[in-house]
Amino acid sequence: MPRILYCHCAYAQVVPPDTKEEVLRQLCDSGVAFDAVADLCEMAARKDPALKRYAEGDVKIAACYPRAVKWIFGGVGCKLNNETTEVLNMRTEQAEYIMDTLLTDDISPNLPDDNDARKPTEEELPTAN
Amino acid sequence: MSITEESTLRVLLYEGTGSTELESEDRFNTMSRLLESGYTVTRATGNGKVASHDRGSMLVLGQFADGQPPADQVEQPEASVRFQDISELDQDAIIETVEKTRDETGAAEHGAWKPWFPVIDYDRCTNCMQCLSFCLFNVYGVDDDNQIQAQHHDNCKTNCPACSRVCPEAAIMFPKYKTGPINGDKVTAEDMSGEKMKVDISALLGGDVYSALRNRSVQAQERFSKERDEKKALNERQKCMKKLAESATDIPKEVLMSLPSPDEIAKKADEAKARAEAALARQRELEG
Repeated sequence: MPRILYCHCAYAQVVPPDTKEEVLRQLCDSGVAFDAVADLCEMAARKDPALKRYAEGDVKIAACYPRAVKWIFGGVGCKLNNETTEVLNMRTEQAEYIMDTLLTDDISPNLPDDNDARKPTEEELPTAN
Repeated sequence: MSITEESTLRVLLYEGTGSTELESEDRFNTMSRLLESGYTVTRATGNGKVASHDRGSMLVLGQFADGQPPADQVEQPEASVRFQDISELDQDAIIETVEKTRDETGAAEHGAWKPWFPVIDYDRCTNCMQCLSFCLFNVYGVDDDNQIQAQHHDNCKTNCPACSRVCPEAAIMFPKYKTGPINGDKVTAEDMSGEKMKVDISALLGGDVYSALRNRSVQAQERFSKERDEKKALNERQKCMKKLAESATDIPKEVLMSLPSPDEIAKKADEAKARAEAALARQRELEG
């Protein structure tokens, strides 16, 4: 099973409090071992060496937008592995979906890669009339 | 001491072999309160993996059968590890114990600063140095390879996303910002083609914010040299700041009011521009 990392985003109100509380509560009740950090941004600002260990291997991260998480780590030289990292966005997803995804053995990597940077989405592509 | 030089304390809530599990509510409350206080907390059970620990201080909390977990259950290579049996402790006493340990180990105190700083999306960044040139607070610098980076995170003005709006590639994120793409959400074609990202800054004082401020500075100098009236100088600055605030509604008033005087802004802008130009020149040299 991949490691689980939960970010509490303690210093801002941007993650819905109900979502992060429910995710944390269910993680605590799950019987599964996990790492929880108060705030990934704060760790990045500190250039905390622990980020490197959190970035290693198969990991599911409950935090915010995958693009932001990728570069919170990457900006301090702790590159997340595009093939073995899945980020669950507590700003936009429901707690139930996040927990279902966190507790499965499968991992669906979803970090944006550099080829995605300027690639238009389906909606942005011109449609043939 | 810079925040990058401070060590931190890792708390490990041990519920594996040789310990009694906490009650559900106690476990959640302990985790929750420690996270709110800024600690990193690992829950260790017999099920699942957690990140390793190679240095720094660690406090292991648990309801241990023998006062501490079996020696083979906790990895402790070069780390300073302490154990605390919490069987008889209530929530407040647990937090107090952790705080005391933090104090004794000299680990960082959290929460003094809201972690607000630019996060660069290097998949988008073209190293154009516009952010370095724009920022008056020396948040940006370049590394040994001349790559732009956020270097002085705690110089950044809390809740101010201004530099992200001057980035032509929408490569600057503030993960705690309210809306996308500055918060890290996907960058859409509309964000790029509509100049939405830059509209606030480009509208500031009718174009280049620094030249506008410089013009104001010249006008102000002429006027003030005649009037020698400090109160009027202050009024002028406030008028200028008010206009900035009206044009860029999401730049906090405190940030605008803490901006240096127009003269100082002009000087800092020149310095920042010189740093950016020097970095670009080095980059051209490296590229041959």
